[in-house]
Amino acid sequence: MEFRLGLKKEKLTFGKTILSMQFPENLKYTKEHEWVRVEGDFAFIGITDFAQGELGDIVFVEINTVGQAMGQDEVFGTVEAVKTVSDLYLPVSGEIVEVNAGLEGNPEAVNTDPYGDGWMVKVKMSNPGEVDGLMDAAAYAAMIGA
Amino acid sequence: MKRTALYSKHLALNAKMVPFAGYDMPVSYSGIKAEHQSVRERLGVFDVSHMGEFFVEGEGAESFLNSLTSNDVAALTDGKVQYSCIPNGQGGIVDDLLVYRYSSTRYLLVVNASNIEKDWKWFFSRKPENVSMYNASDDYSLLAVQGPKTAEALQALCPEVNLADLTYYTFTTGSMAGIAEVIISATGYTGAGGFELYVKNEDAEKLWDAVMAAGEAHGILPCGLGCRDTLRLEMGFCLYGNDINDTTSPIEAGLGWITKFNKSFTDKALLEKQKAEGVSRKLVGFVMQEKGIPRQHYRIADANGETLGEVTSGSESLSTGQLIGLGYVATSHSKAGSEIYIDIRGRLLKAVVTKLPFLK
Repeated sequence: MEFRLGLKKEKLTFGKTILSMQFPENLKYTKEHEWVRVEGDFAFIGITDFAQGELGDIVFVEINTVGQAMGQDEVFGTVEAVKTVSDLYLPVSGEIVEVNAGLEGNPEAVNTDPYGDGWMVKVKMSNPGEVDGLMDAAAYAAMIGA
Repeated sequence: MKRTALYSKHLALNAKMVPFAGYDMPVSYSGIKAEHQSVRERLGVFDVSHMGEFFVEGEGAESFLNSLTSNDVAALTDGKVQYSCIPNGQGGIVDDLLVYRYSSTRYLLVVNASNIEKDWKWFFSRKPENVSMYNASDDYSLLAVQGPKTAEALQALCPEVNLADLTYYTFTTGSMAGIAEVIISATGYTGAGGFELYVKNEDAEKLWDAVMAAGEAHGILPCGLGCRDTLRLEMGFCLYGNDINDTTSPIEAGLGWITKFNKSFTDKALLEKQKAEGVSRKLVGFVMQEKGIPRQHYRIADANGETLGEVTSGSESLSTGQLIGLGYVATSHSKAGSEIYIDIRGRLLKAVVTKLPFLK
């Protein structure tokens, strides 16, 4: 059986209400539910608390694009949850210089600590100005109906 | 969207709700992995009130049911339950179901939620004069309490019934949690043991609360359809709509063991021929040898990339960590040990056909 995890209707997601979710102010967000943390020329990227809740228990994260230069919104990997699979979209153009090796043995970190140990890739940005076009925490929270 | 009598319980427990078979159903409460583990190791409770219940009564009930279902209804005795399926007259399956025998003139059929209307029409339109039917689907709620600690936890709720005496696939009717006439059935869809409890809608919340309270000391968790699916898949139990449907035959699906040729029934000649001469495809279980989760409708291929069939169900086995699936393959590749390849979004990843159940 396949469950379609709608992103609009349900205000409740895996034992958490949207209101109890965290959307740190220092991050930028995309409509595809990724977050971006900028450190100099680099961007750290993961998926939001809302996204991990919608996906449910994550089995593994598959990213085979290390070393590749990619454009904004390109698919850089997939995340496999028990019930569903989802593509990961790159929020900013650049080269993927590192994948979070900790996820290999501990993919649950995406569920338990999506903005910390659950980070996915580090990107050397080729066009840092793209960050300005992303949503801030308030805009993202508004988009998902929090 | 229909709601079960336990809908407000699910919301109070912060369940994630999804549409399923026309009902707004809980897919998960605390997380599929935690719920799965609670059933395998302790116990969990599922609201599966969406399932359909038909009572079939009358002098002709036994022969009527025997003519429309694949298993041998005459082999049932009072208080026993039988897994069976309804062949559709064209080599496919209308539904799979449980047949409960109260007596040779009174039966209860339990059918899949998505097929209630189809099944009702199928039976009712073929019913002889000496059989009466009643569709009780909207009257009954169904709580599946599953897991090795179930009997121990629930025994205090039903002092008149010794749960340890209820062997697998038997049932009785008795008082539970002060509610009269609960149907207590030693069945389930998890392979973890336990009971399914049929109760009138007006008593459903009372029973749910009593089960949760009785299970608390044993670590009970409310469980959703998500882990119901991962639990049944580990056992290799078919899911109607995924692994079996109107176009799959019981013989192809590995349901020969519930297809009995000592009686007359729909598609008997066709299925007997399939059994004798063999079928061109079979439903098999397989374990991934490379990292990828097989999902419904993914293509199955041989080593040369030639199509063998398709995946019907797949998941991580939450008990073993293996990546497992069910699917139809050409009979040439259906033996345990056969190497097959799953087309996972364009990449052919190796898998090995394995005997069921996955979880021994």
